[in-house]
Amino acid sequence: MKRAELCKVADIQLLAHGLYKLKIEASDVAVSARPGQFVHIRIPGDKSRLLRRPISIYDAYHEEGNIEIVFQVVGEGTRILSAVKPGDLLDVLGPLGNGFTIPKDTRHLFIVGGGCGVAPIKFAASKFNHTRSTCFVGFKNRDAVYGLQEFKKSCDRLLVATEDGSIGYKGMVTEVLEDELKQNSPDLMLACGPVPMLKVIQQMAEQFDVPCQLLLEERMGCGIGACMTCVCAVRAGEDYAYKRVCKDGPVFWSREVILGETANEC
Amino acid sequence: MRPQTSVEICGIKFKNPVIAASGTFSFGIEHAEYTDLNRIGGIAVKGLTLEPKKGNPPPRIAETPSGILNSVGLQNPGIDFFIKHQLPRLTEYDTRIIININGNTEDEYCMLAEKLRDKPVDLLELNISCPNVREGGMAFGTDPRMVYNVTKSVKAHAGQPVLVKLTPNVTDIKEIAIAVEEGGGDGISLINTVLGMAIDARSRKPILANVVGGLSGPAIKPIALRMVWEVSNVVTIPIVGMGGIVTGEDAVEFLLAGATAVGVGTANLITPDACIDIVHQLEEYMINNGIKDINELIGGLIV
Repeated sequence: MKRAELCKVADIQLLAHGLYKLKIEASDVAVSARPGQFVHIRIPGDKSRLLRRPISIYDAYHEEGNIEIVFQVVGEGTRILSAVKPGDLLDVLGPLGNGFTIPKDTRHLFIVGGGCGVAPIKFAASKFNHTRSTCFVGFKNRDAVYGLQEFKKSCDRLLVATEDGSIGYKGMVTEVLEDELKQNSPDLMLACGPVPMLKVIQQMAEQFDVPCQLLLEERMGCGIGACMTCVCAVRAGEDYAYKRVCKDGPVFWSREVILGETANEC
Repeated sequence: MRPQTSVEICGIKFKNPVIAASGTFSFGIEHAEYTDLNRIGGIAVKGLTLEPKKGNPPPRIAETPSGILNSVGLQNPGIDFFIKHQLPRLTEYDTRIIININGNTEDEYCMLAEKLRDKPVDLLELNISCPNVREGGMAFGTDPRMVYNVTKSVKAHAGQPVLVKLTPNVTDIKEIAIAVEEGGGDGISLINTVLGMAIDARSRKPILANVVGGLSGPAIKPIALRMVWEVSNVVTIPIVGMGGIVTGEDAVEFLLAGATAVGVGTANLITPDACIDIVHQLEEYMINNGIKDINELIGGLIV
């Protein structure tokens, strides 16, 4: 039977302004984790903060029995989480969610992450390295940039964009993506980021006729599919229906999901 | 020796007084991966309606101090789908099954009860207290006359004992509870969530898309305890008490206030096997305090 485990913090590192990488000793999670899945973590030492925080898995190392997660401090809960020290215990539930699915005959993969959506796609880049992959990562500016070396190691080609042009292409990562889509036709795209960015990618996927999976975020309750709070709208014939981001997702086919305005805090 | 933990509600024996509360446990299947459903006293399933219901737009959840606000809005696949696909899976477990039903009209409540008449379920829970739907729901539960009428009508159609789930968003919970008893209700569950809201000061927007929602969790426990206490003093039918129960001692407090059983809700969202933890803690409390039979605790408040 699956259960929440108390896991030891192995390391914590400041990656960029307000952005932390946490290494956790969680061998069961490390063994079974798939790209696109997340762990659900309780805020330590504060029982008045009831909800767990869903955080994407940045990478998993099964030999060592560790996982890495990357998170942005957005409120008091994540601030408390950013203050943990190696040796501290965290209450971890996971891995949860469906994760990305890569068809066997995929020859060329585009992996796209913007802002808060960069960390969740890193695991896809490192895990799906048997396939030729081009990664696109977008940041606000130089201060927000991280992980480029790790991405370089994981993918065949890395394209970087910053909104102010301080590193790489000046502009939005979706502009770089559009240029590439005009020249290349990948078998599949995987993307994560703020909703406005995902809306642009959803349109491009349709325009260039490339299958695309989007990793979504939503304010979440149980994380296991029972409480029906973290829903997103999906097409259901002429109508729509709400699916659970935690259990039916967080990865959805771009053609099925109806992107709205959600509580995207990054 | 293990203490005796079984209780009886409306003539139905529960192996222990811990019930997974409606709306936090879906139809049990998700939690079954994390917890042994056979060890939970009972499961109150997610609120059902006659037709499938989409529910409210997201965000549907917000964290507040010691509490959670939700505005799910009764998203469910409809009673027929439930009976055909989900109920058979649930009946494989050795636990009591409570079906939470929700109508827009009195007739709809009766039709739902009728559909469940010959089905293998133990109790019906008449939800006249959902704060997140426009029609029905809480509108029924705030007027004693309507409470009396809907209880009486459903009783005429139900094949199982009927619990009526009450909203705390009323001036006098006692008169509502008396209306349930006079209408022939077999028991009372209380409390449903407390109407509330959360605002993001930076964006100046409400956090929930529905603007308002229902508050649950330890933040509402004192309100729930007070209402269970008040109701237990004016009715003789059994009470399933709920509101912020996270530990075995919380459960004991509700029993002392007059509840025969307890509902565990929000805790299921935090720890998937919260119900079983609470059963264990309840047993520990009994052993430590020399209590052989849990029924000794019910209504045992020393005032």
